Amino acid sequence: MAEKLLQVSNVSKHFGGFAALTEVSLEIAEGERFGLIGPNGSGKTTLINCISGLLRNESGKIVFNRKEIGGLPAYQRSRLGIARSFQVPRPFHTMSVLENLLVPSAYVVHLRDSEGETRAMEILKGMGLADKAQALASQLSQVELRKLELARAMAAKPRLLISDEAMAGLAGNEVDEVLKILFDLNAQGITIIMIEHIMQAVMRFSQRVVCLDAGKIICEGTPASIVKNADVQKAYLGA
Amino acid sequence: MIFSFDLLFEAVLFGVLLGCFYAAVSIGLSVSFGLLDVPNVAHPAVMIVGSYFTYVLCSYGFDPIVAGVVLMPVFFVLGVLLYRFYYESFEKRGTEAGVRGLAFFFGIAFILEIALILGFGVDQRSVQAEYIGSSWELGEYRIPYRMLVAFGVALVLTASLTLYLSKTFTGRAIKAVAQDEPALRLMGANPVRIKQWAFGIATGVSALAGAMVIIIGPVEPAMDRIFIGRTFCVVVLAGLGSMTGTLGAGLILGISESIVLMFFGASWAPAVAFGLLLIVLGIRPQGLFGR
Amino acid sequence: MKFWISCLVVALAAGGLAISGINEYFFFAAFVVLTYIVLATAWNILGGYAGYVNFGTSAFFGAGAYAAVVLFQALGAPLAVQIAAGALTGAALGFGVGVMTLRLRGIFFAIATVAVVFIMETLMINWRYVGGATGLQLQRPEVMAPFTTYARMLFVVMTLMAITAVGIARYIQTSWLGRGLRAVRDSEEAAEANGVPTLRLKLIACVVSGALMGAAGAPMPMYLSFIEPASTFSLNYAIGALAAPMIGGTIHWLGPVIGAIVLASLQQIVTVTISGEINVLVVGVLLVLFVILAPDGILGLFRKWLKSSSR
Repeated sequence: MAEKLLQVSNVSKHFGGFAALTEVSLEIAEGERFGLIGPNGSGKTTLINCISGLLRNESGKIVFNRKEIGGLPAYQRSRLGIARSFQVPRPFHTMSVLENLLVPSAYVVHLRDSEGETRAMEILKGMGLADKAQALASQLSQVELRKLELARAMAAKPRLLISDEAMAGLAGNEVDEVLKILFDLNAQGITIIMIEHIMQAVMRFSQRVVCLDAGKIICEGTPASIVKNADVQKAYLGA
Repeated sequence: MIFSFDLLFEAVLFGVLLGCFYAAVSIGLSVSFGLLDVPNVAHPAVMIVGSYFTYVLCSYGFDPIVAGVVLMPVFFVLGVLLYRFYYESFEKRGTEAGVRGLAFFFGIAFILEIALILGFGVDQRSVQAEYIGSSWELGEYRIPYRMLVAFGVALVLTASLTLYLSKTFTGRAIKAVAQDEPALRLMGANPVRIKQWAFGIATGVSALAGAMVIIIGPVEPAMDRIFIGRTFCVVVLAGLGSMTGTLGAGLILGISESIVLMFFGASWAPAVAFGLLLIVLGIRPQGLFGR
Repeated sequence: MKFWISCLVVALAAGGLAISGINEYFFFAAFVVLTYIVLATAWNILGGYAGYVNFGTSAFFGAGAYAAVVLFQALGAPLAVQIAAGALTGAALGFGVGVMTLRLRGIFFAIATVAVVFIMETLMINWRYVGGATGLQLQRPEVMAPFTTYARMLFVVMTLMAITAVGIARYIQTSWLGRGLRAVRDSEEAAEANGVPTLRLKLIACVVSGALMGAAGAPMPMYLSFIEPASTFSLNYAIGALAAPMIGGTIHWLGPVIGAIVLASLQQIVTVTISGEINVLVVGVLLVLFVILAPDGILGLFRKWLKSSSR
């Protein structure tokens, strides 16, 4: 029986009068491939921000690796093993691709630059970005930026990787490239939460899926059962 | 320091009038910074330029308030141009907008201040009008007419801007662009043009605010610095994006400053705004009423 | 190693000049330029490396100046102690302002720095011990040998301070700290998500920056044998410290140095040929022009020119 790596219990988050998340609870086992879906504005990124620490939830608990992390700042959570990519890529644009990976390498894993570079190059090779190592991050194409987001997250040696719409706006073969990367990472033992709108990707990738709507979980189950669920269909297509 | 409840009441009374004046002066910034997120530290400097233009028009015989109103459309256009410029140079490029945008507006404020010194010298300038110099006697208290004028104009400004933002289509579009730009785009409205329009309004309002500044008292080129403190104090205390909050925050500042002025003297009063601002930033940066 | 050898050469040259027969005016002018080099370099540590704009350089500079005056009046402290006190005061002020506002957006930090100038100036105006609004005359002690005048001695002191400031900036820039600050500047959220303790790094930069500015302020009262609030907390220091890196280039420690020298020289030329007031306007106009047209500064332009001419 796999250990529960992440436990989110009754997490709520408000912005002024707007309830972004209401009593959200979920559990993720180590090594799991977990899908998070929901229409725009349903609170997916807010939930991710609460888990990774960029936002503080007002109520509820977040337990990671048996440790309560709700009060920790984001940079400490990353050192515990949580990594995330950003929906709109946020590279360190004045740095090269390699240097981008050296940041988590130095600040999360505490490697010296010489070791960090070797490890970073391996990661870049695995993503097909090795030839762009010295290129400025600001010069990359969209799909390369998405890969950089994932590569940078990988450089932090995470136990949990949250991929926030890494495939949005990509062409078919590009989606497959990124999906393969995520499968490979999971095969290396990394637990992955995937947020995506591209249904076929979520269905192929996830072992379990949760659907959010208006800040609440409306359905949880296998990809097959989620697709058939009436509430989920309503949330996406309207009543 | 002599304390009496009479003096306190007078200070509060004066403070209410002063507070409404501060609210009116800050409302332009509430739009440009509070709603549009433009780091417009040059807002007070533009306002003081408005004061000086009012002075010039008054020397041709205009009444100060009329001068302020006349200047509003001129400043509206200037605001539109300034925003356009800012947008093309910084916001569009996105990434380093923060540092460079701030440096840009700081540079503009500095240039305006120096230009005023070169044009008018460092001496104070003031205007004359029937209501400047005389007071309304209310029992034991004398309320200077010019404060009442500023109070009246302030209320009218705040009320009309609040109504505009909530009742008209453009007004609501402006509030929408602050909250959800992509949604606005989907509705077919052009966010850049709306922001441009809003910034123009904010700047136009500054012209009238500038007229009031010189009605209340003499102006000098460096005054924009103290007004940076006052306007940002009001906008931050109110909470970004809240128009009615601006009135409440203005009152808090006005009364605090008036009390300090009454009991501690004029040399300490200018620090009140900045002190209050620092306290708010330290304790409750989202302000009292904001989003 | 090359860097430190160059610094040694510069220091020796400065020493040599100071005991030479060169025109006294040189030392007055150079002192001002060197002060701006220190201020610009200090500003850039927080503004250029971390992306947090300080409008209130005058507050830190003035705090250092007044700290020096207090120690001198109270204890007759020598210049070295005054400088140390200036640095400590600047550091403390940097820490205070930083702790209150660095967790907020950049503009709030910037406004808070304006507030600090105002509050410092108001405090000094109301403090009679340091002369209040009218200021204080200072009785300078005898000039130390081998220097014949104060201007010469302070010129050497300022040169050493400039070398120190640039050395610190260079160290920060090339160290792990520099990369962390750059990450904060490029994308603070991504930095935080990638293990960078953003608030801590920003505070370090703010404290170091404040300390250097305070140190730069300490010799000023000795230089003028006089101190008063209005000119000490003048906006000119703020705009100069900000404009120099923006014009010279913010990514590299050379940028503020180049910017300060270019600005100071330009100001001298304008003052002599046109007028003293216009020269201040020139700084503002140049700042705006560079920010819009050449955001990477002179260094950036130079790099682009190198790239295009090597094809």
